[in-house]
Amino acid sequence: MAETIVLEVARYRPEIEAEPAFENFEVPCRPDWVVLDALNYIKDAIDGTLSFRWSCRMGVCGSCGMMVNGEPKLTCATFLTDYLPGPIRIEPLSNFPIVRDLIIEMSDFMTKLQGVKPWIIRNEDLPVSQGEYRQSPEQLETYKQFSMCINCLLCYAACPVYGLDQHFVGPAALALAQRYNLDSRDEGEAQRLEILSEHEGIWGCTFVGECSVVCPKHVDPAGAIQQYKLKAVTEWFKSILLPRGGRD
Amino acid sequence: MKQPVTYTLYHPKWYRRPMSTYWWTKRWRYLRFILRELSSISVAWTVILLLLLINSMGDEAMYAGYLDWLQSPWLVVLNAFALVFLLFHTVTWFNLAPRAMAVRLRGKRLPDWAVAAPNFIAWAVLSAGVVWFVLKGV
Amino acid sequence: MARRSIEPLLWSLFSAGGVVSAFFMPVLIFLFGIAFPLGLIEAPGFQSISELIKHPITRLVLMVVCIFPLFHWAHRFRFTLYDGLQIKHLNEVIAVVCYGGALFGTVLAGYLLWNIG
Ligand code: SF4
Ligand code: FES
Repeated sequence: MAETIVLEVARYRPEIEAEPAFENFEVPCRPDWVVLDALNYIKDAIDGTLSFRWSCRMGVCGSCGMMVNGEPKLTCATFLTDYLPGPIRIEPLSNFPIVRDLIIEMSDFMTKLQGVKPWIIRNEDLPVSQGEYRQSPEQLETYKQFSMCINCLLCYAACPVYGLDQHFVGPAALALAQRYNLDSRDEGEAQRLEILSEHEGIWGCTFVGECSVVCPKHVDPAGAIQQYKLKAVTEWFKSILLPRGGRD
Repeated sequence: MKQPVTYTLYHPKWYRRPMSTYWWTKRWRYLRFILRELSSISVAWTVILLLLLINSMGDEAMYAGYLDWLQSPWLVVLNAFALVFLLFHTVTWFNLAPRAMAVRLRGKRLPDWAVAAPNFIAWAVLSAGVVWFVLKGV
Repeated sequence: MARRSIEPLLWSLFSAGGVVSAFFMPVLIFLFGIAFPLGLIEAPGFQSISELIKHPITRLVLMVVCIFPLFHWAHRFRFTLYDGLQIKHLNEVIAVVCYGGALFGTVLAGYLLWNIG
């Protein structure tokens, strides 16, 4: 059990360093350890000031996303032994500002997420006494893939378009918009389309496709965005060809 | 409408990493993406060749001149490169199309290959058709 | 939609061009750029090819094969310049050059096809 591996961890403590720098830590390399375990080992046994986010340790909360050797990963699902002999370079997710050490500032995503109205919109809410909105397994199937998102932001870290222009709404938020558009109970598609089809939001996407590659939940945000474009195009032609009926 | 970019709401101090101009050299898949996008140059180039062909329909000498010009070695090399990029375009295009279309049959989404395959078959048929017409005339 | 953006139109032209290019371009460049010059296949004679190209249906097909791919190029090239070189501040200039080029090509194609022979 003498085996160890070196972690090059990006540190940024605003009160100490002006810009991020790497610090090396040697940690035990156990076969059942993931990167997150190693980080917790550092925090417990070597340097208690190391800051990072995590919660569930099982790939559901989406808070432990970091760059592992340059690739966005859930650190709770990334085994140390896959990187032997090391070293492993741990950095905060790309394309976001760094608050401290491995913690990124994500309020931009939160704002964007709200902007696409990711909830069920009804023209008229039925009274509770009328019972629930029913949905068949087939109807569920149409959007299920997009509903698996855990907001881990790996896709944003992988997206060069977002890295270059922070106005781009980005993969996860668009996939979630699509998730509600495809929901048979939802009637908000026109509202969302109006928000997203106009500005460079969806049109900025050039289908790099990297977001779908790194997504740990197989959401395929890149596919969702192209489907969104197709939809926007259809609506656009409708509004041209049917000057009255097609639009609001 | 431009969505505002909100970052400093809760954290007055943060560090922003600049993105390198050469970001697309950092990862193989990024490079592949840029090459895929650059295949559009081959597309434009083929259009130019076609326009020149159409232009050479004036008389026999012009057409002979056009064919002659195409024989210049540098052009053949260039066109070989263009062909590689165009094939790359075709393959990536057909493979990505199913993700944008999401074809459903009786509630189930068709697997990607089932959407892509007919495209590839149609491609083969059309290409054969083009060869036939160009060689045999009308 | 109050202010209708033009992006949907550009994107549909781009997509249409992508489809047309995917189907037609490889075989065309193979024939004219490689097979004929190298003598792998004998190039068709003037009589036969000019008859083919002058046929109204061929003209229509050629029109499609020229126009949409040009807009496909314009769109992709525009975004490649933005992303690859990070020159988004030249947004307007690039757009004018790219789509303007495609428009010019369209007019040229129309003119040539109209006036063959
Ligand atoms: S789409 Fe995938 S990568 Fe992006 S936030 Fe959701 S789960 Fe994470
Ligand atoms: S800790 Fe919850 S996803 Fe990794």
